Amino acid sequence: MPLQLLGPGGLGPDLLLAAVFLPLAAALVCFLLPRLAATLGLISALLTAAATLALMLGVLAGGGMEVQLGGWQAPLGIRWRSDGLSAALMAMTAVVGAMVSLYAAAYFRHTAYERTYFWPIWLVLWAALNALFLSADLFNLYVTLELLGFAAVSLTALGGGAAALTGAIRYLLVSVLGSLAYLLGVALVYHGCGTVDIALVAACVPDAPRPALKVAVAAMIAGLLLKTALFPFHVWLPPAHGSAPAPVSAVLSALVVKASFYLVLRLWLDVLGGGDGDGSGRWLAELLGVLGAAAVIWGSVLALRQARLKLLIAYSTVAQIGYLFMAFPLAVAGGAAAWTGALYLALAHGLAKAAMFLSAGSLLRFGGHDRIAELDSAVHRLPLTLTAFALAGVSIMGLPPSGGFIGKWLLLEAAFQQGRFVLAAVILLGGVLAAAYVFKVVGHAFTPAERERRLRSVPPGMEWSALLLALAAIVLGLTLPLISPLLQVGTDAAVAPPVSAAVALTAGGAV
Amino acid sequence: MTQPVFWGLVGMALVVMGLYALIVHAHLLRKVLALNIMSSGVFLVFIGLARRAPGEGTPPAADPVPQAMVLTGIVVAVAATGLALALIVRLRALTGRTTLGDEGGH
Amino acid sequence: MSPLFDPRLPADALLPLLVLASSLLPGLVIFFLGEARVRTRTALNLGGAFLKLGFVAWMVWGVYHGQRYELRLPLLDDLELTLRVGALSLLFLVLSAGLWLLTTLYAVGYLEQSPHRSRFFGFFSLCVTATVGVAMAGNLLTFLLFFEMLTLTTYPLVVHRGTEAARQAGIVYLTHTMLAGALLLAGTVWLYTLAGTLTFAPRGFVSDIADSHPGALTAIFALLIGGVGVKAALVPLHGWLPRAMVAPAPVSALLHAVAVVKAGAFGVVLIVYDVFGVEQAAELGLTGPLALIAAVTIIYGSVRALFQDDLKRRLAFSTVSQVSYIVLGVAIVGPLASVGGIVHLVHQGIMKITLFFCAGNLAETLGIHKVSEMNGVGRRMPATMAAFTIAALGMIGVPPIAGFISKWYLGLGALEAGVHWPLYVLTASSLLNAAYFLPILHRAWFGEPAGAWAERPVAAAAGDESGTAAAGARSLRLETGLLLLLPPLVTAALSLLVGLLASMPFSALEWSLLIAEREFHYP
Repeated sequence: MPLQLLGPGGLGPDLLLAAVFLPLAAALVCFLLPRLAATLGLISALLTAAATLALMLGVLAGGGMEVQLGGWQAPLGIRWRSDGLSAALMAMTAVVGAMVSLYAAAYFRHTAYERTYFWPIWLVLWAALNALFLSADLFNLYVTLELLGFAAVSLTALGGGAAALTGAIRYLLVSVLGSLAYLLGVALVYHGCGTVDIALVAACVPDAPRPALKVAVAAMIAGLLLKTALFPFHVWLPPAHGSAPAPVSAVLSALVVKASFYLVLRLWLDVLGGGDGDGSGRWLAELLGVLGAAAVIWGSVLALRQARLKLLIAYSTVAQIGYLFMAFPLAVAGGAAAWTGALYLALAHGLAKAAMFLSAGSLLRFGGHDRIAELDSAVHRLPLTLTAFALAGVSIMGLPPSGGFIGKWLLLEAAFQQGRFVLAAVILLGGVLAAAYVFKVVGHAFTPAERERRLRSVPPGMEWSALLLALAAIVLGLTLPLISPLLQVGTDAAVAPPVSAAVALTAGGAV
Repeated sequence: MTQPVFWGLVGMALVVMGLYALIVHAHLLRKVLALNIMSSGVFLVFIGLARRAPGEGTPPAADPVPQAMVLTGIVVAVAATGLALALIVRLRALTGRTTLGDEGGH
Repeated sequence: MSPLFDPRLPADALLPLLVLASSLLPGLVIFFLGEARVRTRTALNLGGAFLKLGFVAWMVWGVYHGQRYELRLPLLDDLELTLRVGALSLLFLVLSAGLWLLTTLYAVGYLEQSPHRSRFFGFFSLCVTATVGVAMAGNLLTFLLFFEMLTLTTYPLVVHRGTEAARQAGIVYLTHTMLAGALLLAGTVWLYTLAGTLTFAPRGFVSDIADSHPGALTAIFALLIGGVGVKAALVPLHGWLPRAMVAPAPVSALLHAVAVVKAGAFGVVLIVYDVFGVEQAAELGLTGPLALIAAVTIIYGSVRALFQDDLKRRLAFSTVSQVSYIVLGVAIVGPLASVGGIVHLVHQGIMKITLFFCAGNLAETLGIHKVSEMNGVGRRMPATMAAFTIAALGMIGVPPIAGFISKWYLGLGALEAGVHWPLYVLTASSLLNAAYFLPILHRAWFGEPAGAWAERPVAAAAGDESGTAAAGARSLRLETGLLLLLPPLVTAALSLLVGLLASMPFSALEWSLLIAEREFHYP
């Protein structure tokens, strides 16, 4: 089968390197040659997306793979590995990244300053994301996390106005604080295990001193929750995501918050071994579940009360993040399918939320404002954009057959299986509230426009990229049988690279 | 109290002080300083607690690996400080404010 | 090769897909058509409608000869989207495909000059796609998919006029249907975790777990019925229906007779028959409360209809009442009552759509919206009012019109099941039906023309320039546009025919007997 060529024995490891170094190199070139930034940026973005998708196919066909950078082996070297979980998230990043790049090429066409700086920073951000998804040691994860944070903050500030700057500074403070908490945890883990390689740490966790480990886990997870904007740490998110330019908001909401969620999931599954068998792990999962449920309700209610479209979408992100964490108590209690559900929701939310922010950007560009009550004039003349928003909304509401529906179904199934009716009710209520805030916007399509406003044209690239993303969110719901090998996280069937002999060897000699 | 535990506690104290200052001070420069103090604390914990386990006949010794990592961490912290300062300067030039205020969302 | 892309789809799997595609594809194309391209749009609409009717007829022939139509698409690990066509689905399919064709004709005439026609007809087609999907659903998951799609595609139709009243009605409609969707989803997932399957089966699929989880099954039944009951307008979940009357007349016709309300009633039938099995449901004590709700709805709807002066609102409350006949027939456990309920699915559709077509004609041609303005309208628009009269008499249950057959079997069924109270409900409801329909007929035929329309020269719509109302009625010109007149005449004739020819093969009654036989092993 030709797909095997992309797997571990063929091009696979090269693709793994390309996913990080291609956007990184392109970012440098774009920075040095600002005149060519847009062209080069778009081309390299599409190449990166292609390489990443090829990598996903390779993982799907040939299993997980890993690379020792520079030939150095753990614990001193840096190991990158790609398993089902990271391949799925990287693929989602690739789809969103490609579409956002297409959109940005049109969006920044007439703003030289933003065009010059958007491309290098965005490509660095993409490289950081891919590196984060690939990193297999805790300290390298810290570095990629910070790199990601700085790139995200810089993009937030791209607009240059007071609101953008304030949002960016707040975002920076929160981001650095979260990373420091995470690093504190890493320091304590190193104290207990003498290594930061995930596989080696996992092997040492059962024997590690309990109190230090507990503090370490608490610090790492707290830091990551702050960066993921889980309720009640969400207050920084809406201003930052709401004030950035549209492509940036899309990237922040769809991708950047997923990175820290991924890290929580990675720690939980690979370092803590799923968290069960330990009373405090169970307790922590319950806490995460409660916070998640609170986020779903609170985020949705606030989204419903917003008067501005971009803030509405940002609060919707707060709510959707909550779903991801509601999977923890369900999965720990034995419903491993809940992990698949959470991952599916993360992927679907990435695609749908990016589509929503991109359509909001088009409406904003067209009508000159994003006050929901006065959207009539814009939505009437941008039917494609409105369709994109509505289809993305279908996935956010979790209606069949979208990706959001599949994720929600799996969570609900676990909740009913375990008789956890309150969690089930919150999941359902979140869907109804989502419908309410989506239709608050879509409803304007059918009321006659009263006023003519300052209207600017919207290039087709902006409309179609949003629509394609929204369609991808819907189609995702039909693809579970095709990609399910990637999503069996937390089970024995999960795609993972074989533990290499080198790691096993050094594990023996770590002391 | 052994030496690692002492350094560990000092580091934790710095972290807590930094966190406190970060929360209570409104001035952005103070917030950046607070973050710097926090990161120093984290680095201290990292280096201070890390020990190579005593082998047979060899005494416990400082571990070089975290030193290298902390070096990277310091670079990251400097970058963060630089970025934060640039943003603050720009904010002050635009609005005259050196605090976040409550109007961040508008 | 994934089954998704298997090119060797056999004909029996392809046909359900074609039935969906014959309205889905025209609908999607229509969205991209300019407003002015009336011919292309009409051709697409009617072409799709005729094709769909043809495919459905093909399947009727096939099913009659024992052919099974089934299409599966894997969705979750062990759950599939399944389209399957059996006797019950076909009954609903024939109804929706046939009435869609007539409603499309009517809508083309009705919306001749109004704005946003591409949008309207696009959603119109999607709405019918969802309805036939509901009809062909082979399991509860597929049902849920198309049921939600129906909600989403009818919303734009309800708010089509874009007025403040339309917007408010849209909000009410969405609130009801979205909450209902959540209930339906909850019941579906819960049932799946207990039963391990969602595939519809004759006599249901819950008998294995009925003994171990009676409480949970009761709750699931309540959730599912609550979910579909909103669309079926069961009291107290009916609030959206009268408000949705702000929509254009073809939409009301579609909502009441073919799509939304009917999908809800069809859902009740499916849940009682193919999910729980009617005998199992009776054993769990679930049909009693359902029958009670149906009875309350029947009486309540009729009483409310009595006091409505707005014609469309009166018809809307009449729908609330009439649709619950279907539910009642299902909930009186017995073969004959089931026949009555199922056959009413078709009969109510044909009669009610006639009434809405006529109401639309009155509003469009003469500007009449209220019952009190209808004095003497029979002289101005005799054909329309004749159609109206047939359908209204059918609703009351005058033989040999369709409604009589339904009521007859419902009554027989109640006697067969050994309960008497449904007879009282039927009698009371028929009296009430008479009380709110006969005055309309009396006014229309025997009242003196009065009101604004009587002073205007005859039928500006028809372009008639000659003199008085009486002269206009007798003139050779049509009383209103041909496309507006033809559909109600056809459906009125159908209401008569299905009653007269009820015992012929392929009649709705014969199909219903077939379905009931399957459920009860009727002798």
